[in-house]
Amino acid sequence: MNKHAIQLTINGTQTKAEVEARLLLSDFLRHDLGLTGTHVGCEHGVCGACTILFDGDPVRSCLMFAVQADGHAIQTVEALGTPENLHPIQAAFHEAHGLQCGFCTPGFLMTLVPFLEQNPNPTEEEIRAAISGNLCRCTGYQHIVDAVKIAATNYTNDTN
Amino acid sequence: MKPAPFKYIAPSTLKEALDIMTRHGYDAKLLAGGQSLIPVMNFRLAQPAIIVDLNKVTELNQFRKTERGGLRIGPMVRHSQLEHSQTVAEFAPLVHETMPHIAHPQIRNRGTIGGSLAHADPAAELPVIMVALQARFRLQSADGERWVNAEDFYQALFTTALEPEEIIVEIAIPPMPRHAGYAFTEIARRHGDFAQVGAAALIKLDESGYCRQARLVFLNVGEIPMVADQAAALMIGQLPSSDLIAETAMNAAQNEIEPAGDIHATTDYKRHLAYVLGKRAIQQAAARAREARGL
Repeated sequence: MNKHAIQLTINGTQTKAEVEARLLLSDFLRHDLGLTGTHVGCEHGVCGACTILFDGDPVRSCLMFAVQADGHAIQTVEALGTPENLHPIQAAFHEAHGLQCGFCTPGFLMTLVPFLEQNPNPTEEEIRAAISGNLCRCTGYQHIVDAVKIAATNYTNDTN
Repeated sequence: MKPAPFKYIAPSTLKEALDIMTRHGYDAKLLAGGQSLIPVMNFRLAQPAIIVDLNKVTELNQFRKTERGGLRIGPMVRHSQLEHSQTVAEFAPLVHETMPHIAHPQIRNRGTIGGSLAHADPAAELPVIMVALQARFRLQSADGERWVNAEDFYQALFTTALEPEEIIVEIAIPPMPRHAGYAFTEIARRHGDFAQVGAAALIKLDESGYCRQARLVFLNVGEIPMVADQAAALMIGQLPSSDLIAETAMNAAQNEIEPAGDIHATTDYKRHLAYVLGKRAIQQAAARAREARGL
Protein backbone atom coordinates (compact mmCIF):
# COMPACT_ATOMS: atom_id res chain seq x y z
CA MET A 1 0.00 0.00 0.00
CA ASN A 2 1.27 3.46 -0.92
CA LYS A 3 2.32 5.66 1.91
CA HIS A 4 1.93 9.41 1.97
CA ALA A 5 4.56 11.73 3.40
CA ILE A 6 3.04 14.28 5.77
CA GLN A 7 4.45 17.16 7.73
CA LEU A 8 2.50 18.72 10.57
CA THR A 9 2.85 20.53 13.88
CA ILE A 10 1.87 18.50 16.91
CA ASN A 11 1.73 20.25 20.26
CA GLY A 12 4.10 22.87 18.89
CA THR A 13 6.64 20.43 17.45
CA GLN A 14 7.21 20.00 13.71
CA THR A 15 6.68 16.33 12.88
CA LYS A 16 7.22 14.31 9.71
CA ALA A 17 5.70 10.91 9.07
CA GLU A 18 4.70 8.45 6.38
CA VAL A 19 1.15 7.20 6.66
CA GLU A 20 -1.18 4.87 4.86
CA ALA A 21 -4.18 6.80 3.49
CA ARG A 22 -6.71 4.87 5.56
CA LEU A 23 -4.95 5.53 8.89
CA LEU A 24 -7.30 7.49 11.13
CA LEU A 25 -5.83 10.57 12.75
CA SER A 26 -6.76 9.16 16.18
CA ASP A 27 -4.75 5.98 15.51
CA PHE A 28 -1.84 7.98 14.09
CA LEU A 29 -1.64 10.01 17.29
CA ARG A 30 -1.87 6.99 19.56
CA HIS A 31 0.00 4.25 17.69
CA ASP A 32 2.54 6.09 15.56
CA LEU A 33 3.32 8.96 17.93
CA GLY A 34 2.51 7.34 21.28
CA LEU A 35 0.25 10.22 22.28
CA THR A 36 -2.20 7.99 24.09
CA GLY A 37 -3.90 10.84 25.91
CA THR A 38 -6.30 11.01 22.96
CA HIS A 39 -8.82 8.27 23.69
CA VAL A 40 -10.74 6.23 21.16
CA GLY A 41 -14.31 5.44 22.17
CA CYS A 42 -16.86 4.81 19.45
CA GLU A 43 -14.90 5.48 16.25
CA HIS A 44 -17.94 6.90 14.53
CA GLY A 45 -18.10 10.44 15.82
CA VAL A 46 -20.64 10.03 18.61
CA CYS A 47 -18.74 9.92 21.90
CA GLY A 48 -16.23 12.79 21.60
CA ALA A 49 -13.44 10.99 23.52
CA CYS A 50 -11.01 11.53 20.62
CA THR A 51 -11.57 15.30 20.38
CA ILE A 52 -8.39 17.23 19.51
CA LEU A 53 -7.72 20.76 18.29
CA PHE A 54 -7.22 20.99 14.54
CA ASP A 55 -5.86 24.45 13.69
CA GLY A 56 -7.33 25.54 17.02
CA ASP A 57 -10.83 24.10 16.55
CA PRO A 58 -12.11 21.01 18.37
CA VAL A 59 -12.79 18.13 15.96
CA ARG A 60 -13.18 14.36 16.15
CA SER A 61 -9.82 12.76 15.35
CA CYS A 62 -11.58 9.48 14.51
CA LEU A 63 -13.39 11.23 11.67
CA MET A 64 -10.27 12.40 9.87
CA PHE A 65 -7.48 10.61 8.11
CA ALA A 66 -3.94 11.32 9.27
CA VAL A 67 -3.00 12.25 5.70
CA GLN A 68 -5.49 15.15 5.91
CA ALA A 69 -3.46 16.71 8.73
CA ASP A 70 -0.61 17.45 6.32
CA GLY A 71 0.34 21.11 6.73
CA HIS A 72 -1.90 21.65 9.76
CA ALA A 73 -1.39 22.19 13.49
CA ILE A 74 -2.76 19.73 16.02
CA GLN A 75 -3.03 19.95 19.77
CA THR A 76 -3.78 16.99 21.98
CA VAL A 77 -4.40 16.77 25.72
CA GLU A 78 -0.63 16.33 26.17
CA ALA A 79 -0.33 20.03 25.27
CA LEU A 80 -2.16 21.06 28.45
CA GLY A 81 -0.63 20.78 31.93
CA THR A 82 1.66 18.32 33.66
CA PRO A 83 0.83 16.40 36.88
CA GLU A 84 2.82 18.99 38.84
CA ASN A 85 1.45 21.94 36.99
CA LEU A 86 -2.12 21.33 35.84
CA HIS A 87 -3.78 23.51 33.22
CA PRO A 88 -6.50 25.63 34.92
CA ILE A 89 -9.18 23.47 33.32
CA GLN A 90 -7.53 20.28 34.53
CA ALA A 91 -7.21 21.78 38.01
CA ALA A 92 -10.90 22.64 37.96
CA PHE A 93 -11.85 19.09 36.94
CA HIS A 94 -9.71 17.84 39.83
CA GLU A 95 -11.31 20.24 42.28
CA ALA A 96 -14.93 19.60 41.25
CA HIS A 97 -14.52 15.83 40.83
CA GLY A 98 -15.28 16.24 37.14
CA LEU A 99 -13.96 12.78 36.33
CA GLN A 100 -14.18 9.28 37.68
CA CYS A 101 -12.69 6.74 35.28
CA GLY A 102 -11.20 9.51 33.14
CA PHE A 103 -11.84 7.91 29.78
CA CYS A 104 -13.88 10.79 28.39
CA THR A 105 -11.83 13.52 30.09
CA PRO A 106 -9.29 14.34 27.34
CA GLY A 107 -12.15 14.92 24.90
CA PHE A 108 -13.96 17.18 27.35
CA LEU A 109 -10.79 19.14 28.06
CA MET A 110 -9.95 19.68 24.39
CA THR A 111 -13.54 20.80 23.72
CA LEU A 112 -13.50 23.20 26.66
CA VAL A 113 -10.11 24.90 26.19
CA PRO A 114 -11.12 26.89 23.07
CA PHE A 115 -14.68 27.27 24.40
CA LEU A 116 -13.49 29.09 27.53
CA GLU A 117 -10.99 31.16 25.55
CA GLN A 118 -13.79 32.40 23.29
CA ASN A 119 -16.41 32.54 26.02
CA PRO A 120 -14.77 33.24 29.40
CA ASN A 121 -18.09 33.90 31.16
CA PRO A 122 -20.43 31.18 29.94
CA THR A 123 -23.93 30.57 31.25
CA GLU A 124 -24.84 27.08 32.37
CA GLU A 125 -26.90 26.66 29.20
CA GLU A 126 -23.89 27.61 27.06
CA ILE A 127 -21.68 25.17 28.96
CA ARG A 128 -24.16 22.35 28.41
CA ALA A 129 -24.41 23.18 24.70
CA ALA A 130 -20.60 23.25 24.43
CA ILE A 131 -20.20 19.77 25.93
CA SER A 132 -23.21 18.28 24.16
CA GLY A 133 -20.90 16.38 21.82
CA ASN A 134 -19.00 14.59 24.58
CA LEU A 135 -20.35 11.57 26.42
CA CYS A 136 -19.42 10.65 30.00
CA ARG A 137 -20.67 7.31 31.31
CA CYS A 138 -19.67 7.48 34.96
CA THR A 139 -19.67 10.71 36.95
CA GLY A 140 -22.48 12.28 35.03
CA TYR A 141 -22.40 15.81 33.82
CA GLN A 142 -23.18 17.90 36.90
CA HIS A 143 -19.61 17.80 38.24
CA ILE A 144 -18.24 18.50 34.80
CA VAL A 145 -20.46 21.57 34.49
CA ASP A 146 -19.32 22.61 37.99
CA ALA A 147 -15.70 22.21 36.86
CA VAL A 148 -16.27 24.46 33.87
CA LYS A 149 -17.77 27.12 36.14
CA ILE A 150 -14.73 26.95 38.44
CA ALA A 151 -12.38 27.09 35.46
CA ALA A 152 -14.28 30.07 34.07
CA THR A 153 -13.94 31.92 37.38
CA ASN A 154 -10.21 31.15 37.49
CA TYR A 155 -9.77 32.22 33.86
CA THR A 156 -11.56 35.50 34.53
CA ASN A 157 -9.53 36.15 37.69
CA ASP A 158 -6.30 35.40 35.81
CA THR A 159 -7.20 37.84 33.07
CA ASN A 160 -8.10 40.52 35.58
CA MET B 1 -13.60 -0.36 12.98
CA LYS B 2 -10.92 0.63 10.48
CA PRO B 3 -11.62 1.69 6.91
CA ALA B 4 -10.72 -0.65 4.06
CA PRO B 5 -7.71 0.43 1.98
CA PHE B 6 -8.26 3.05 -0.71
CA LYS B 7 -6.27 5.27 -3.03
CA TYR B 8 -6.12 8.85 -1.79
CA ILE B 9 -5.99 11.85 -4.11
CA ALA B 10 -6.05 15.44 -2.85
CA PRO B 11 -6.38 17.88 -5.76
CA SER B 12 -5.65 21.54 -5.08
CA THR B 13 -7.84 23.03 -7.81
CA LEU B 14 -11.41 22.43 -8.93
CA LYS B 15 -10.20 21.70 -12.47
CA GLU B 16 -7.97 18.91 -11.20
CA ALA B 17 -10.81 17.52 -9.10
CA LEU B 18 -13.18 17.52 -12.09
CA ASP B 19 -10.58 15.75 -14.28
CA ILE B 20 -10.16 13.07 -11.62
CA MET B 21 -13.94 12.60 -11.39
CA THR B 22 -14.17 12.28 -15.19
CA ARG B 23 -11.67 9.44 -15.09
CA HIS B 24 -12.71 7.75 -11.84
CA GLY B 25 -16.23 9.00 -11.05
CA TYR B 26 -17.77 5.55 -10.68
CA ASP B 27 -15.05 4.27 -8.32
CA ALA B 28 -14.34 7.49 -6.48
CA LYS B 29 -16.02 9.12 -3.56
CA LEU B 30 -15.63 12.83 -2.82
CA LEU B 31 -14.43 13.56 0.72
CA ALA B 32 -15.73 16.89 2.02
CA GLY B 33 -16.04 17.21 5.81
CA GLY B 34 -16.13 13.45 6.23
CA GLN B 35 -18.50 13.54 9.18
CA SER B 36 -20.87 11.07 7.51
CA LEU B 37 -18.54 9.38 5.02
CA ILE B 38 -15.77 8.44 7.46
CA PRO B 39 -18.16 6.78 9.97
CA VAL B 40 -19.60 4.58 7.21
CA MET B 41 -16.06 3.81 6.04
CA ASN B 42 -15.07 2.93 9.63
CA PHE B 43 -18.02 0.53 9.74
CA ARG B 44 -17.00 -0.68 6.24
CA LEU B 45 -20.52 0.03 5.04
CA ALA B 46 -18.72 2.03 2.33
CA GLN B 47 -15.46 0.85 0.78
CA PRO B 48 -14.68 3.32 -1.99
CA ALA B 49 -11.67 2.40 -4.16
CA ILE B 50 -10.62 6.03 -4.45
CA ILE B 51 -11.09 8.99 -2.12
CA VAL B 52 -10.89 12.43 -3.70
CA ASP B 53 -10.32 14.87 -0.86
CA LEU B 54 -11.66 18.36 -1.62
CA ASN B 55 -10.21 19.99 1.49
CA LYS B 56 -7.31 21.56 -0.39
CA VAL B 57 -9.56 23.10 -3.06
CA THR B 58 -9.72 26.53 -1.46
CA GLU B 59 -11.83 28.02 -4.26
CA LEU B 60 -14.76 25.95 -2.92
CA ASN B 61 -14.70 27.21 0.67
CA GLN B 62 -15.89 30.80 0.19
CA PHE B 63 -19.31 32.34 0.54
CA ARG B 64 -20.71 35.78 -0.22
CA LYS B 65 -23.87 37.86 -0.27
CA THR B 66 -25.21 38.79 -3.69
CA GLU B 67 -26.26 42.32 -4.61
CA ARG B 68 -29.91 41.37 -4.28
CA GLY B 69 -29.40 39.91 -0.81
CA GLY B 70 -29.15 36.22 -1.62
CA LEU B 71 -26.22 34.01 -0.70
CA ARG B 72 -23.73 32.09 -2.84
CA ILE B 73 -22.06 29.39 -0.80
CA GLY B 74 -19.17 27.16 -1.80
CA PRO B 75 -19.69 23.47 -0.96
CA MET B 76 -16.64 23.26 1.33
CA VAL B 77 -17.89 26.00 3.65
CA ARG B 78 -18.07 24.43 7.10
CA HIS B 79 -21.19 24.50 9.25
CA SER B 80 -19.45 26.54 11.94
CA GLN B 81 -18.54 29.24 9.39
CA LEU B 82 -22.21 29.69 8.52
CA GLU B 83 -23.29 29.36 12.17
CA HIS B 84 -21.10 32.28 13.26
CA SER B 85 -21.52 34.54 10.23
CA GLN B 86 -23.32 37.86 10.73
CA THR B 87 -24.11 37.94 7.01
CA VAL B 88 -25.89 34.60 7.22
CA ALA B 89 -27.77 35.68 10.36
CA GLU B 90 -28.97 38.81 8.58
CA PHE B 91 -29.68 37.55 5.08
CA ALA B 92 -30.48 33.86 5.58
CA PRO B 93 -31.98 33.81 9.09
CA LEU B 94 -33.55 30.39 8.55
CA VAL B 95 -30.09 28.93 7.89
CA HIS B 96 -28.72 30.71 10.95
CA GLU B 97 -31.51 29.41 13.17
CA THR B 98 -31.03 25.85 11.96
CA MET B 99 -27.25 25.56 12.37
CA PRO B 100 -27.17 24.79 16.14
CA HIS B 101 -29.48 21.81 15.48
CA ILE B 102 -26.84 20.15 13.28
CA ALA B 103 -24.99 17.57 15.37
CA HIS B 104 -22.43 18.93 17.86
CA PRO B 105 -19.89 21.77 17.84
CA GLN B 106 -16.98 19.45 16.97
CA ILE B 107 -18.89 18.04 14.00
CA ARG B 108 -19.89 21.52 12.83
CA ASN B 109 -16.22 22.55 12.85
CA ARG B 110 -15.50 19.95 10.21
CA GLY B 111 -18.75 19.15 8.37
CA THR B 112 -19.51 21.06 5.17
CA ILE B 113 -22.70 22.27 3.52
CA GLY B 114 -21.91 20.57 0.20
CA GLY B 115 -21.15 17.28 1.91
CA SER B 116 -24.41 17.32 3.83
CA LEU B 117 -26.45 18.26 0.75
CA ALA B 118 -24.87 15.57 -1.43
CA HIS B 119 -25.10 12.89 1.25
CA ALA B 120 -28.90 13.36 1.24
CA ASP B 121 -29.66 11.87 4.62
CA PRO B 122 -33.43 12.20 5.13
CA ALA B 123 -32.79 13.13 8.78
CA ALA B 124 -30.36 15.94 7.90
CA GLU B 125 -31.38 19.56 8.37
CA LEU B 126 -29.68 21.33 5.46
CA PRO B 127 -31.43 19.52 2.58
CA VAL B 128 -34.80 20.45 4.14
CA ILE B 129 -33.74 24.07 4.61
CA MET B 130 -32.48 24.34 1.02
CA VAL B 131 -35.73 22.87 -0.30
CA ALA B 132 -37.75 25.24 1.91
CA LEU B 133 -35.75 28.25 0.67
CA GLN B 134 -35.96 27.08 -2.97
CA ALA B 135 -32.19 27.15 -3.28
CA ARG B 136 -30.43 25.98 -6.44
CA PHE B 137 -27.26 23.94 -6.75
CA ARG B 138 -24.64 24.40 -9.48
CA LEU B 139 -23.33 21.01 -10.54
CA GLN B 140 -20.14 20.94 -12.55
CA SER B 141 -18.30 18.29 -14.50
CA ALA B 142 -15.34 18.54 -16.88
CA ASP B 143 -17.94 18.84 -19.67
CA GLY B 144 -19.83 21.81 -18.28
CA GLU B 145 -22.26 22.86 -15.64
CA ARG B 146 -25.97 22.84 -14.88
CA TRP B 147 -28.25 24.29 -12.23
CA VAL B 148 -30.67 22.05 -10.37
CA ASN B 149 -33.39 23.16 -7.97
CA ALA B 150 -32.93 21.75 -4.47
CA GLU B 151 -36.41 20.24 -4.75
CA ASP B 152 -35.44 18.30 -7.90
CA PHE B 153 -32.02 17.34 -6.56
CA TYR B 154 -33.43 14.88 -4.01
CA GLN B 155 -34.75 11.76 -5.73
CA ALA B 156 -34.86 8.91 -3.22
CA LEU B 157 -33.17 7.66 -0.07
CA PHE B 158 -29.53 8.85 -0.22
CA THR B 159 -30.06 9.38 -3.95
CA THR B 160 -29.64 12.69 -5.75
CA ALA B 161 -29.44 14.12 -9.26
CA LEU B 162 -25.64 14.33 -8.94
CA GLU B 163 -23.92 12.27 -11.67
CA PRO B 164 -20.78 10.29 -10.71
CA GLU B 165 -18.47 12.73 -12.48
CA GLU B 166 -20.16 15.86 -11.12
CA ILE B 167 -19.36 18.03 -8.10
CA ILE B 168 -21.68 20.51 -6.36
CA VAL B 169 -19.64 23.69 -6.83
CA GLU B 170 -22.08 26.33 -5.57
CA ILE B 171 -25.26 26.67 -3.56
CA ALA B 172 -27.42 29.69 -4.41
CA ILE B 173 -29.96 30.80 -1.82
CA PRO B 174 -32.39 33.40 -3.19
CA PRO B 175 -32.98 36.60 -1.20
CA MET B 176 -35.50 36.18 1.62
CA PRO B 177 -38.84 37.51 0.32
CA ARG B 178 -39.62 40.86 1.94
CA HIS B 179 -42.06 40.72 4.86
CA ALA B 180 -41.61 36.97 5.22
CA GLY B 181 -41.40 35.02 8.44
CA TYR B 182 -39.45 31.80 8.90
CA ALA B 183 -39.06 29.02 11.46
CA PHE B 184 -37.35 25.69 11.96
CA THR B 185 -38.10 23.25 14.73
CA GLU B 186 -37.27 19.61 15.40
CA ILE B 187 -37.54 16.91 18.03
CA ALA B 188 -34.53 14.72 18.85
CA ARG B 189 -34.16 12.34 21.77
CA ARG B 190 -31.03 14.23 22.79
CA HIS B 191 -29.87 17.56 21.43
CA GLY B 192 -27.52 16.93 18.49
CA ASP B 193 -28.88 13.48 17.70
CA PHE B 194 -30.59 12.93 14.40
CA ALA B 195 -34.09 14.36 14.72
CA GLN B 196 -37.11 12.10 14.76
CA VAL B 197 -39.09 14.74 12.89
CA GLY B 198 -38.47 18.38 11.99
CA ALA B 199 -40.32 21.12 10.15
CA ALA B 200 -39.35 24.31 8.33
CA ALA B 201 -41.87 27.00 7.43
CA LEU B 202 -41.83 30.24 5.44
CA ILE B 203 -44.85 32.56 5.51
CA LYS B 204 -45.33 35.82 3.66
CA LEU B 205 -48.22 38.11 4.54
CA ASP B 206 -49.72 41.06 2.65
CA GLU B 207 -50.13 44.50 4.22
CA SER B 208 -53.43 43.47 5.85
CA GLY B 209 -52.02 40.25 7.31
CA TYR B 210 -53.46 37.81 4.75
CA CYS B 211 -51.18 34.99 3.71
CA ARG B 212 -49.58 35.51 0.33
CA GLN B 213 -47.02 32.67 0.30
CA ALA B 214 -46.68 29.60 2.47
CA ARG B 215 -44.10 26.84 2.39
CA LEU B 216 -43.84 23.88 4.73
CA VAL B 217 -41.14 21.18 4.46
CA PHE B 218 -40.58 18.21 6.76
CA LEU B 219 -37.49 16.30 7.85
CA ASN B 220 -37.22 12.54 8.36
CA VAL B 221 -40.80 11.64 7.43
CA GLY B 222 -39.97 10.25 3.99
CA GLU B 223 -36.99 9.30 1.87
CA ILE B 224 -36.31 12.92 0.91
CA PRO B 225 -37.30 16.36 2.26
CA MET B 226 -41.12 16.24 2.18
CA VAL B 227 -42.76 19.36 0.75
CA ALA B 228 -46.36 19.93 1.89
CA ASP B 229 -47.48 22.26 -0.90
CA GLN B 230 -51.12 21.19 -0.95
CA ALA B 231 -51.57 21.77 2.75
CA ALA B 232 -49.68 25.08 2.55
CA ALA B 233 -52.04 26.20 -0.25
CA LEU B 234 -54.90 26.16 2.30
CA MET B 235 -53.32 29.23 3.87
CA ILE B 236 -53.14 31.39 0.75
CA GLY B 237 -55.49 34.39 0.88
CA GLN B 238 -56.44 33.63 4.48
CA LEU B 239 -55.64 35.18 7.84
CA PRO B 240 -53.27 32.74 9.63
CA SER B 241 -55.58 31.94 12.56
CA SER B 242 -54.74 29.20 15.05
CA ASP B 243 -57.51 27.04 13.59
CA LEU B 244 -56.25 27.45 10.05
CA ILE B 245 -52.67 26.70 11.08
CA ALA B 246 -53.78 23.55 12.91
CA GLU B 247 -55.85 22.47 9.90
CA THR B 248 -52.88 23.04 7.57
CA ALA B 249 -50.48 21.08 9.77
CA MET B 250 -53.00 18.24 10.20
CA ASN B 251 -53.56 18.08 6.46
CA ALA B 252 -49.82 17.94 5.79
CA ALA B 253 -49.24 15.28 8.44
CA GLN B 254 -52.04 13.09 7.07
CA ASN B 255 -51.54 13.47 3.34
CA GLU B 256 -48.12 14.70 2.37
CA ILE B 257 -45.60 12.71 4.37
CA GLU B 258 -44.57 9.05 4.29
CA PRO B 259 -42.95 8.34 7.64
CA ALA B 260 -41.32 4.97 8.21
CA GLY B 261 -41.54 3.74 11.78
CA ASP B 262 -38.38 2.77 13.61
CA ILE B 263 -37.34 1.55 17.05
CA HIS B 264 -37.78 5.04 18.53
CA ALA B 265 -40.98 6.19 16.84
CA THR B 266 -43.89 4.46 15.15
CA THR B 267 -45.41 5.77 11.95
CA ASP B 268 -48.40 7.14 13.88
CA TYR B 269 -46.18 8.88 16.40
CA LYS B 270 -44.16 10.48 13.62
CA ARG B 271 -47.38 11.75 12.01
CA HIS B 272 -48.35 13.20 15.37
CA LEU B 273 -44.94 14.88 15.70
CA ALA B 274 -45.23 16.23 12.15
CA TYR B 275 -48.61 17.75 13.04
CA VAL B 276 -47.32 19.35 16.25
CA LEU B 277 -44.03 20.58 14.76
CA GLY B 278 -45.69 21.74 11.54
CA LYS B 279 -48.14 23.77 13.62
CA ARG B 280 -45.36 25.29 15.73
CA ALA B 281 -43.24 26.14 12.69
CA ILE B 282 -46.10 27.87 10.87
CA GLN B 283 -47.18 29.71 14.02
CA GLN B 284 -43.71 31.08 14.59
CA ALA B 285 -43.17 31.93 10.92
CA ALA B 286 -46.54 33.73 10.81
CA ALA B 287 -45.73 35.65 13.99
CA ARG B 288 -42.41 36.76 12.50
CA ALA B 289 -44.13 37.70 9.24
CA ARG B 290 -46.61 39.87 11.18
CA GLU B 291 -43.70 41.50 12.96
CA ALA B 292 -41.93 42.14 9.62
CA ARG B 293 -45.13 43.86 8.43
CA GLY B 294 -45.49 45.81 11.67
CA LEU B 295 -48.89 44.21 12.28
